[in-house]
Formats: sequence, structure tokens, C-alpha cells
Amino acid sequence: MAKLTTASQFTDPDAAYRALLEARRNLSDEEAAKLDSRLALILANHIGDLEVLRQAIALAQQAG
Amino acid sequence: MSEPRKSVYRYEYRRSPDQDAGTPVRRPVVIVGAGPVGLAAAIDLALRDVPVVVLDDADRIGEGSRGICWSKRTLEILDRLGIGERLVAHGVTWKLGKVFYGDELLFSFDLLPEAGHKMPAFINLQQFYLEKALVDRALELKNVELRWSNRVVGVDRLNDGARLSIETPDGRYRLDADWLIAADGARSSVRSLLGLDFAGVTFADKFLIADVRMAADFPTERRFWFAPTFHAGQSALMHRQPDDIWRIDLQLGPEADALAEQEPERVRARLQKVLAPHDFELEWVSVYTFNCRRLDRFVHDRVIFIGDAAHQVSPFGARGANSGIQDAENLAWKLAALLRGEGSSALIDSYEVERVQAADENIGHSTRSTEFMSPRSNAELRLRDAVLALAPKAEFARRMVNSGRLSLPSVYDTPLSTADSAPFAGTARLGAPLPDVPLARRDGTPVHLLECVRGGFQAIYVNGAGTNGDRPPQINGIPTTVIGEDVFDREGLFAQRLDATPGSTYLVRPDQHLCARWRTFDAGAIASARRRALAQ
Repeated sequence: MAKLTTASQFTDPDAAYRALLEARRNLSDEEAAKLDSRLALILANHIGDLEVLRQAIALAQQAG
Repeated sequence: MSEPRKSVYRYEYRRSPDQDAGTPVRRPVVIVGAGPVGLAAAIDLALRDVPVVVLDDADRIGEGSRGICWSKRTLEILDRLGIGERLVAHGVTWKLGKVFYGDELLFSFDLLPEAGHKMPAFINLQQFYLEKALVDRALELKNVELRWSNRVVGVDRLNDGARLSIETPDGRYRLDADWLIAADGARSSVRSLLGLDFAGVTFADKFLIADVRMAADFPTERRFWFAPTFHAGQSALMHRQPDDIWRIDLQLGPEADALAEQEPERVRARLQKVLAPHDFELEWVSVYTFNCRRLDRFVHDRVIFIGDAAHQVSPFGARGANSGIQDAENLAWKLAALLRGEGSSALIDSYEVERVQAADENIGHSTRSTEFMSPRSNAELRLRDAVLALAPKAEFARRMVNSGRLSLPSVYDTPLSTADSAPFAGTARLGAPLPDVPLARRDGTPVHLLECVRGGFQAIYVNGAGTNGDRPPQINGIPTTVIGEDVFDREGLFAQRLDATPGSTYLVRPDQHLCARWRTFDAGAIASARRRALAQ
């Protein structure tokens, strides 16, 4: 079974965070939520593995 | 407009001699409900030499909300029953679907991209026409007796059957059945009389359904809109039927007032926005909500539920009547085999195993479509709209757009199948109906594969590369069609779709489902696979 990678994969994590931050700069809550929904779909498809997706959802839920 | 549409065909109540009998007359099979599902079961059983009595509480057909989309598998079944060509000639054939977001086309899909099938992906035809064709066919068969204005008001389960109390214009009578088939729809009386629980999910969203008469040259395709400007924020569906009739389905949301929404002026105003500048007349209007649910068990000793009496889905996906007709076909040959003394009661259990699988598959698809069309919160709506917004730009999102996944036959995971001992590619699947294939008879006339496998169990043998006279030995009780001898695979599509090589042998159930296949002919293996498929 494929396993969700939680070890850091970016060589420059600060830059990755910055990219996500900049994408929502000046957006209203609703606009940001819309953007996040699209982003979630795009990234989920890129992963392309339902099992990994479920693990990612579970991690997101636990962290809340 | 809440009045029912005028009935189209009337059938007269006739007194049966059974009503004058001192003790209840006993019949091998009684079917309750002369809708498409009950009639299909009756005809299928009669063609298998089982006499049937069909009871219906009405004396007419053609009232109320009805199905219009008949799927390829349903048409293949109805073709075997003798009315497929008549229906296709009468109906509107279509296979293209288009999905819009706002007023923009997101994508279109082709439901039958490959050629060589006798039946189309879908036809649209008013349900009363289909019922009329079934009644006409039933009346040709001496084994079917239709009793109109016969309302079942009591069911007693017997050890080896059921006793019915039936209300007629002449009063009550009783009738015993070795087997009782309940095909009496979503509000099944048999189900309530037996006190059976019908559990599932009810969806709050209301939908307006309207049939309008209109001369329009819209294309013959299924068109579905998410949030079109003509019906703000909600979804809409349009379908063509014969006689210049169009079906329009509009989502109204959970708060809509079902009565007020059926006011002709209100309906007209809504439809004008959809259909302008065309003139139209309202033929029939209704507001509905729907459920996705099923009986826990379809077989209750000698009482068997088929169609909407057993399971209910949303209309998106054409899974209601279509799956019911597939229930009827699944049950008919099994019950006929049992009554001939060929099968065990495990064969009837296999009806439940196979058709519960199909019902769950249908309920699953139907529930997912509904969830996509009717998001239940702002958060759900945002995710749905994210899919729609991405759809023009990304293929993965188009595949997530769900406006109804249209009915396809189930592939049964069933004890009746014999597992493959050698690998097979192609589109044929164990436990599924054979894919259709164009063939030619010896004299060159065209014929389709599904026309060659009708009746009982049948074997198909592929002879050695066109060698004349290569016939396998006769097997008792199993007629064999030889490809390359009886019929010819000139286009090579049999070889392709069934991954056939010289010597390949297939065993087909009476419902045209593939139940075993081998790379070489082995009479013993075939006989044993047939015994397995009869649950002997």
C-alpha cells in the first residue's frame, strides 16, 4: 500500500510556503476557499492514488 | 396541471373463472404489477413455457411520471422478448451527451463509440408506448393472462407459496401462487402488506419535471446544464422524445413549494426562459423528490421482489426501469429452470446475490450523481464548482463532472460463473452480458451475436481457421453455435471482443451472460459449468 510522504521533499520549503501564501494574498475568505478547493483537486489528481489521498485527508483532519 | 395526463390505452376488466372457485385456485407464478418490469417478467417466463397470471390495480396505462430513456441492455432484452425492433423504430435514438456550465459547453460524451451492436446506446420513448408494446406482445402469448382492475389487498405467506386476496369490480377473491413476483413499483402494496422495511436516503432537493410539445430543431442528444443563466444557480436537463415532445427537468432546491411550482403560469414562466423563442404546450408536469433505497432482501421465501418494488434510485442515469427489466430477465430463466426441476433453490438465491449487487451499484452511482448535482452546504458547493471551473482546462476535472452516470449492465461477481482457467482479453467479461458482434449467416445475410444466443444455455465454439466441417460433438441439452460454420466473423469483431482463437469455447446463460470460457472444447467442462450455473 502506498504511503503518504510526510518527510520534507522541497529543497527550499520556505519558497514553497511563500508560493502558497502569495496565491492567496489580497483574497477574501471566500475567494481563498475557492482557490484552495481547486488546488486540492489539482494536487489530489497529481497524486493519483486514492489511498494516499485518504491518508492526506486524515492527517489534515487530525491536525485541526 | 397536477391532474394526471389523460390515459392513453385502456384495458377492460374481465371476470376470471378463478373468482368463482370454492377454494382458491393455485397458479405456478403470479406477478403483481403490469408495468414494464412485471410485463417483461411475464413475457420472459411465458416464452420459457411457464404460465403466468399478471394482476394490476389499474385498467389503463399512460398516467403519471414515467421513464423515457431505455438503455442498450434493456433493448437487447426486449429484442429477445420480441419487441426490440418495434421500439427502436418508434423511439428517438441517441448516444451523445453534452454538459454545460453556465451557458458554455464543458464537454460532450459518446455512449457507444464502437460500431457493430444491433441496439443503440439509448432510445427515448414514452413509457406508455413501451408498456403498450409489452401488453401487445403478452397478448400474443397463450401462457400470459392479464387481469386488469385486480388490486391485491392481502398477502399470506404459505410454506410453499403465497395466498392473495384480490379486490375487483365484482368483489373479492383469493388466489394461490407457488411463486409470487412483486413488480408493483416504488409504492409496492405487496411490500407494505408483508410489512417489509424499505430503508435508505431521501434527498431534500425538489425537481420540476415537464413534458412539453414543441416543434424545435434542437439536436437529438442529452443536454445537461449546471447553473445555466436561464435557470439561475440550479441544474437543468433536456431530452427529446417522439411526437415533438421534450422532457425538461429543472432542479428547484429543497425549499421549493411543490404545489405552487406546478401552477401552469409558474411552469410556463420557467420554461419560457429555457425554450425561448420556441412556442410550446404543456403536456404534463410534476414536482418530485427522490430516494435511494432498497429492500434488505429481494427473496422472501416464495415472494420475490423485482424493479422499484425492490429498489429505488434517482432518475439521473436511467437506472430505475432499466435495472428493473434486468431484474426481470435475471429472475425469469432461473424460476423457469427451477419449475422444470433443473435448478435448486440456490438458483433463486443467486437472483438476490446478483441483483442486490446491481442495485447497490445503481444506488451508489445515483447517490454520487445526486451529491454532485445538489451540494448540501456552501462548502460542498465550493468543491463542486471548483470541479466545474477546472473542467474546461483539465481532463481529470471533466471526468469528475457527474450529471448522471448512465446505466450500464452490471458485471456479476457470482457463484454461477466458472473461473477462467486461461487468460482472456477483449471486452467480454465473465458474469456480464456478451458484447454484441455483427456476424453473417452461411447465406451471407447479416445477423448479430445476441440474436444467435436466445433461449436456454448455449455454447459458442470457434472452429479452426475457417476449416469446413469442424464441429464439436453435440452436448446434451446445450445447442452449439459454431463460428466459422453456422455464422461467420467476417469483420473479425467476435475474435476481437471475445479474444477468440481457434478452439475457443464459450458458455452463455439463458440471459445472454457469459458464465464460462475455455481455449479448447471440452464437453465435460461445459456440462460441469452448466451445472454450476444452475446451482445444482
